[in-house]
Amino acid sequence: MSEKYMLETQDLGISFGGLKAVQGIDLKIRKNQLYGLIGPNGAGKTTIFNLITGVYTPTTGRFFLDGEDLTGKKQEVINHKGIARTFQNIRLFNNMTVVSNVMVGLHNQKEFACSPFASMLRLPVHFESETKMRDRAKELLSIFGLEDERNNLACNLPYGKQRKLEIARALATNPKLLLLDEPAAGMNPNETEELMNTVRFIRDKFDMTILLIEHDLKFVSGLCDEVTVLNFGTSLYHGEVEKALHDPEVVKAYIGK
Amino acid sequence: MSTFIDGLSLGSIYALIALGYTMVYGIAKMLNFAHGDIIMVGSYAILTTLALNGHPLIAILAAIIVCTVLGVLIEKLAYKPLRGASPLAVLITAIGVSYLLQSVAQLIFGAQTRPISLVHFEPVVIGGVTISLSAIISLAVGALIMICLTLFIKFTKLGRAMIAVSEDRAAAKLMGINVNMIIMVTFAIGSALAAFASTFYVMQIPNTSPTLGSMPGIKAFTAAVIGGIGSIPGAMLGGVLMGVVEKISLSIPVLAPYTTALEFSLLIIILLVKPTGLLGKKRREKV
Repeated sequence: MSEKYMLETQDLGISFGGLKAVQGIDLKIRKNQLYGLIGPNGAGKTTIFNLITGVYTPTTGRFFLDGEDLTGKKQEVINHKGIARTFQNIRLFNNMTVVSNVMVGLHNQKEFACSPFASMLRLPVHFESETKMRDRAKELLSIFGLEDERNNLACNLPYGKQRKLEIARALATNPKLLLLDEPAAGMNPNETEELMNTVRFIRDKFDMTILLIEHDLKFVSGLCDEVTVLNFGTSLYHGEVEKALHDPEVVKAYIGK
Repeated sequence: MSTFIDGLSLGSIYALIALGYTMVYGIAKMLNFAHGDIIMVGSYAILTTLALNGHPLIAILAAIIVCTVLGVLIEKLAYKPLRGASPLAVLITAIGVSYLLQSVAQLIFGAQTRPISLVHFEPVVIGGVTISLSAIISLAVGALIMICLTLFIKFTKLGRAMIAVSEDRAAAKLMGINVNMIIMVTFAIGSALAAFASTFYVMQIPNTSPTLGSMPGIKAFTAAVIGGIGSIPGAMLGGVLMGVVEKISLSIPVLAPYTTALEFSLLIIILLVKPTGLLGKKRREKV
């Protein structure tokens, strides 16, 4: 296995009972890459996300983040090692404020460490770490233009902003690899355009590697350097986006013969 | 007036116990029916320390330590292996733990009721009203604990993580929160609160038996449901309401024999009008 990939999966797969939901997935994603995962409904895209975030344990194969084998690790451990994600159906902490949602993401970082006892005794270190966390959270929110919404409840945000908040929360966990599950779903063309710029900005500012699932092919072709096309749980094609759209197998999978 | 204060003070005991139920329900999504028996264990910890000539304050401290450790142990040994199992299995386990605690207490200390003289305060007279000092102390300390708890949950990292876990456990895990640790902390806090409840309880009713915990446990659980299970302010409100209703009902001779029935009817009536409890949140169905 070579060190130059941020994410590498080798023959990754999972079966539910006798059903092979996903099999033989070999992804190779370089650092700083914007990589797309596309395919028809039910092709296994979100299943792959669930495999590499530890929600499911793979039944075959392994995956490596930055050269480190994370197969079979717990979800929170994988997150600490540097994989963060958003969800296809938004899963914010609805009854918490916008800024608290992001602060939950900051929860495990050493720079904000503060023992519960210090918190209980209200020592200065508690207030210091709280202020630092709040500032950092505001900074992240401002990237997405959400700083004015910070004291609203997450569930009261409009849909597009909830999607952005999810990305901000994932970024707060300080990942090396960011997984976006249909980030543009339900957005209008203007919002999609804006989101594309934001994703590029995140890649450049945080030196981030981003793997995204998306149905909007314009979004994918405008953004990603490389794609993997899935169909029925196996990889059909991988390589440049433009070529993918003209590949006869891919076209067949999408629109039939 | 003194009845009302007594009610508030009994209510603060119920509220402390109800907080344990509601926090565990909110975060671990289970009903810990052994919670009432933690109070009983706390009272025996006090009894034992006093029997060894310990200072009352040391006795209280011992109760807190014993209860907290016991709460964490129960979670580790009985509930943690069942994480992800059907809620019914967890519920039955909790009932089993409850009987286990009662039986072990009976084995060690015997079934008879034993007196505990933790502290004795003379009643004080304020403005012509006779009030028991222990009632005032439990009311004041209870209120203080609840304020601290609210601040802790609202304004600390750990508190925020607890809310996050109660909102969406799976998402919290993926945000790097160690859910097992959060659940353990919840049990520790809940059991420590039960120890305080235990202290105030034996201050007001100075004796204990292996089944000491069942009645206040069930009443506090009722209080938690009245307030809206999972809601922390709801548990406090429900607890105080139960305490006040109980004491007022006991002071009216016609009603006194029916007090317990009245309290549980209160639950039925409130749930008929507001099925989520007084401060419970509605779960919106997604379309």
